[in-house]
Amino acid sequence: MTNETMTPLLEKYATQIETVLSKYPPDRKQSAVLPLLYLAQREYGYCTPEAIREVAEIAGVEPTEVDAVVGFYTLFYDHPVGKHVVQVCNDLPCALRGSDQFLEHACQKLGLDKHQVEHGGATTADGEFTLESVVCLAACDKAPLLQIDLEYFERLTPEEFDRLIEEYRKK
Amino acid sequence: MDKYVLLRHRDTPDIHKLSVYGEYTALQKAVTTLTPEQVINEVKVSGLRGRGGAGFPAGVKWSFVPKDRLPHYVTVNADESEPGTFKDRELMEFNPHQVIEGAAIAAYAVGATRVYHYLRGEFKSVARRMQAALDEAYAAGYLGQNVFGTHVEIQMFLHLGAGAYICGEESALLESLEGKRGQPRLRPPFPAVVGLYNQPTVINNTETMANVPYILNHGAEAYKKLGTEKSPGTKIFCLSGMVKRPGNYEAELGKISFRDLIFGENFGQGMMVEGRNVKAILPSGASGPIVTEAALDVLLDYESVAAAGTILGSASVIVLDDSIDMVWAAGKVTHFFRHESCGKCTPCREGTYWMEKQYQDILKGKATLADVQLLQDVAQQIIGKCLCPLGEFATSPVLSSFQHFQAEYEARATDAKKVVPAKAASAKAAATPTAAKTADTKAVPTT
Ligand SMILES: Cc1cc2nc3c(=O)[nH]c(=O)nc-3n(C[C@H](O)[C@H](O)[C@H](O)COP(=O)(O)O)c2cc1C
Ligand code: SF4
Ligand code: FES
Repeated sequence: MTNETMTPLLEKYATQIETVLSKYPPDRKQSAVLPLLYLAQREYGYCTPEAIREVAEIAGVEPTEVDAVVGFYTLFYDHPVGKHVVQVCNDLPCALRGSDQFLEHACQKLGLDKHQVEHGGATTADGEFTLESVVCLAACDKAPLLQIDLEYFERLTPEEFDRLIEEYRKK
Repeated sequence: MDKYVLLRHRDTPDIHKLSVYGEYTALQKAVTTLTPEQVINEVKVSGLRGRGGAGFPAGVKWSFVPKDRLPHYVTVNADESEPGTFKDRELMEFNPHQVIEGAAIAAYAVGATRVYHYLRGEFKSVARRMQAALDEAYAAGYLGQNVFGTHVEIQMFLHLGAGAYICGEESALLESLEGKRGQPRLRPPFPAVVGLYNQPTVINNTETMANVPYILNHGAEAYKKLGTEKSPGTKIFCLSGMVKRPGNYEAELGKISFRDLIFGENFGQGMMVEGRNVKAILPSGASGPIVTEAALDVLLDYESVAAAGTILGSASVIVLDDSIDMVWAAGKVTHFFRHESCGKCTPCREGTYWMEKQYQDILKGKATLADVQLLQDVAQQIIGKCLCPLGEFATSPVLSSFQHFQAEYEARATDAKKVVPAKAASAKAAATPTAAKTADTKAVPTT
């Protein structure tokens, strides 16, 4: 890091950011935008304007460019989401093996509206969980399945879903 | 042959550990005894074709990289977002060293010192396993500054995407790797000439790379003994949908049929629900034309599947039984493409939007026969007007499902009775729990 101003992220995660940047040629820091956004999102809960400014500064690009990146990828959020993001796959191969009923159960358990869950996701009132119905997660032979915070949980029963939610509630 | 060329962890548990996988003998042979040209030639002679979808010969692609204009790059495509595809994940989780060794050989062959594996963002846990394997390979001196004590340098990195199917398209992948939105580039120039950071870049699928160590260890001639003349080698078939035993199955190309894959004792073991029959097969995930049970005896190699009017692609075989409403299924796939269109070209962006909307109307019973026809027209209009293949992919399930199951579409039209005696079809659709239920929950406007 040269003589740039220390952003809060840089201060807190200096070595991690150094490792990220070292993966790319020194004059290609922009490549670090995605990994930096993951880091910033974890820190701030979502890609806040401040997070975007910091990432832009570290990667040496304009904030508008980082903003466009956030808007393009489904795993980046420009608005607050639950503490845990639950993504249930309901794409064709999974739907052929019961994922729709499973999703219905997930909505009921979390008290969320299925229509909302299927159109951009919905968040529980306590802010603990955001539930989304997503397209293929490369685990179609293990339906029904989901990811919580990008970790796989596969071949789930409704009871296992309930247990998982209780477990994450405590995290 | 051993039972597996690729899914070797099924015979050798713990092969994800270097101590079990053993030395990178193929890489060692390459960097210590062969010139890069000899490596390219060996892979060319093997006839290995890219496993990411298009089936382009890997060795030929490598030979397109110019000798000058350094640095060169290798990127491994592990975006794996085609519905029904889950093979690269299994390879990276359970046999990662073979992927890494193959990619390192590719790097040596094309004179690249940096290799990036581009994993879809949802592969966070897969990346952990790959990273553990990379760390072992570095520690053993198989990667790094002096590979096997030579002055060959190979640095290898993982890069996670962030949720966008289009980033599997090679030029969009490069954009994404450069830290931008993943929108395809205009081609030519092709990545082999102008790729990552505008430098010559080879892009191959993860499974393609996993074939390479076998070719160098056993020779191109041994590899060619597997599969068919034009489709040599083995392939991982991802079997999903309404079969008893979905999963990845490795077999020689052209040696098994859809029927073997779905019903074979060592494969899918038949239908998920006893007594049901195959109604339709999506052979290449969402992206290829749908075929019917009439295609069951087609052999699974690139040529035979193409001759049957569809594509082998990444060999993601999704099986639908006769309880399924094909309008619902095609609508589901259309939703996928609408969701994943990157928005760069109007025919794809708008066309997929309209097609999804029309499916919702048809499923809600709000469409006329003219609307059904309009859906076909919209699909036709997308063809040939898009920057990348996604736009055209989006039309094939629409057009092919209509071609084979026209009556099911027309039975749902409000003015159906006048034209089609469709009682049978509509009664069947209504009696199908999966179809009827999902149809009305999905039948909601998008915005
Ligand atoms: C929309 C779209 C999505 C694609 N997704 C993937 C993918 O997830 N993985 C992959 O290897 N290739 C994918 N491809 C193909 C790549 O563009 C490219 O042809 C491939 O990675 C080349 O590797 P191969 O020659 O080893 O197959 C996709 C292509 C398109 C048009
Ligand atoms: S065809 Fe679709 S996905 Fe491809 S570049 Fe155009 S808009 Fe993007
Ligand atoms: S369709 Fe659900 S993981 Fe592939």
